Amino acid sequence: MLLALLLIPTLGAVAAYFITHHTVRRTLLVATAVAHAATVTATWVAPPAAIWGGWLQLDALGGLFLSITSGLFLAAALYSVGYLGRENSEARRDFEEGLLFANAPEATFTSCLLLFLAAMTLVAVSHRFGLLWVAIEMTTLASAPLIYFHRHHRSLEATWKYLLICSVGIALALLGNFFLAVAASDHGGQPIPLVLSELIGRASELHVAWLKAAFLLLLVGYGTKMGLAPMHTWLPDAHSEAPSVVSALLSGALLNCAFLGILRVQQVCVAAGQGAFGQDLLVGFGLLSMAVAAAFIVGQSDYKRMLAYSSVEHMGLLALGVGLGGVATFGALLHAVNHSLTKAMLFLVAGNILAAYQSKSTADVRGVLRVLPASGVLWVIGFLAITGTPPFGLFVSEFTILRGAFDQGRNAVAVAYLALLAVVFVGMASTVLRMAQGAPGGREQNPLPAREPALAIVSPAILALLVLVLGLYIPPLVRHAILEAARALG
Amino acid sequence: MTGWVDTALVLLTLTSLLLLGSSRLTRCIRIVAFQGVVLGVLTVTARPTELSLRILMLAAAIVGLKGVTFPWLLSRVLRDAAVRREVDPVVGYIGSLLLGTLMLAVSFWLSARLPLPMPAISGLLVPVALFTTLAGLFLIVTRRTALTQVLAYLVLENGIYVFGVGVVQGTPMLVELGVLLDVFVVVFVMGIAIFHINREFDHIDTDQLTALKDWTA
Repeated sequence: MLLALLLIPTLGAVAAYFITHHTVRRTLLVATAVAHAATVTATWVAPPAAIWGGWLQLDALGGLFLSITSGLFLAAALYSVGYLGRENSEARRDFEEGLLFANAPEATFTSCLLLFLAAMTLVAVSHRFGLLWVAIEMTTLASAPLIYFHRHHRSLEATWKYLLICSVGIALALLGNFFLAVAASDHGGQPIPLVLSELIGRASELHVAWLKAAFLLLLVGYGTKMGLAPMHTWLPDAHSEAPSVVSALLSGALLNCAFLGILRVQQVCVAAGQGAFGQDLLVGFGLLSMAVAAAFIVGQSDYKRMLAYSSVEHMGLLALGVGLGGVATFGALLHAVNHSLTKAMLFLVAGNILAAYQSKSTADVRGVLRVLPASGVLWVIGFLAITGTPPFGLFVSEFTILRGAFDQGRNAVAVAYLALLAVVFVGMASTVLRMAQGAPGGREQNPLPAREPALAIVSPAILALLVLVLGLYIPPLVRHAILEAARALG
Repeated sequence: MTGWVDTALVLLTLTSLLLLGSSRLTRCIRIVAFQGVVLGVLTVTARPTELSLRILMLAAAIVGLKGVTFPWLLSRVLRDAAVRREVDPVVGYIGSLLLGTLMLAVSFWLSARLPLPMPAISGLLVPVALFTTLAGLFLIVTRRTALTQVLAYLVLENGIYVFGVGVVQGTPMLVELGVLLDVFVVVFVMGIAIFHINREFDHIDTDQLTALKDWTA
């Protein structure tokens, strides 16, 4: 079953590269996404056996992140059918600077999209640290061409930054893996294999100094990919220049995968009795990320960048939650689910707004509610959800993290957390509500489309519904899965 | 064989320092190529008792990729791209060299703080690995052109590789190959990106000219 999870998107990617007929290829994309999601659902019913001597296995934590990824990919695949229909391969004029550019061939795009899914699946099921590293590196390589879909120089610049900064991060993570290997080398005896269960089982034999150094390097390395400040500098560029479907996947799925990399080492640290060391660092990076994001969200003039910074904020929130420990860990994992659903939905809606208004500047977009009624409503709903307003899921998870902070008696952290959330709320509210209301008007009065294509609305609407449901009622199955995953983190 | 290992490690340190003070791109490419060859030598001499076909193949792959293929690719980019032949550093050459010596000191200090739990093949190994990594990081931050950033990235990878080959025993072949392959693909993709950047920013057509006027107005 694990092999099937990996093979479905890989084979789909190979096939998509060679199919020349647009309709067939788009059908294949959706079919692959459906097949992947169905297989992931099946793993909930019947947990798959470990293969390759425990290198690949699916535990509660991996299963949670895999489910988020697969679900989001399905939503994104549905959306991208409509998106690719609009984006033909002819040369087009760039709306920001008026230069001519062409999109990358659709076959390459679809193929990379599916490879991206395969790489993220591998991240979720890797229990060997070296393999996990290779998988995370693969996600970078598969997604770089996606960011460079629109071949103009701004997206090129964003891709370059993404490749370079993430590659440096991943290189440091490799050094972290080597440090971990040193920590696991037994005195003269047999070294402990870098498989998660072995490391946890024999955690007391690890060399503490090297383990700490390894954690630090892996945190910085994977934290770069996850978008923790101050290593987040690639993120706003990549998220704002990539096609909206890709931004949704980057924000909702990829950042989580990098977080999983950090959580895996944290698991080892907890088992070795060094959990507090990792937790303190996570709290620090978490608060710093939230603060940096808040500073850039207020007065942000590009709404896709605003969403990107919001991702930096929420990644900080996840790190903070896990760093606080206890009930906050549960809150953080629940928040990962909620954030992914909401942020993906917001990026998809932003794609609709961008398509209609042809501008990413918040100053140019007015009256979304009247011009694009469905997208407008979703845009406002998404804003309310992402800022943690009840009754949406993020309210519950953010509140749980807050409770965790008070439980631990860390009142200063709790106050800082609340203050930053408030700043972000105000910052986003002024931008989003100004865009939604008012008289319609785009730059140079572009002819705005009379109605929105159904395919552009279905995916975000379903995601919005899910976030709402999670706010009102967490199904026992989901609660159990998150509890199991949280238990793995001590 | 420790003599060989120490020689290789000293050569690595010297080449990194040389790179910090070099101004011409062709020269930088040659220095990085030389580092690749030294890494190959280090791979073979690091564990003479465990010398096997596997190690020899790995060393050959290292020399082939880092010593020959990458430098060749990068010199081709340099030739085609008609970019400026000089490095344009944020920190000057003298400053870079001084900071380089400082990084070397920091590396020795750090490795003294982190004693290896097992006997090392050379006392120089950990400090040199850390120094090469730091030098790579420093170069990425302070050199501006895409080409020099790729070179700096290679130096960073070299440092990490030194640590891996000297300290970590029993890494399975799969991971070793994965590492090599990743480096290869990264440099390959970066090479393509450099090519696009060059094409994108160098070609001039009328559309671009009106846009620029529009933009400044």
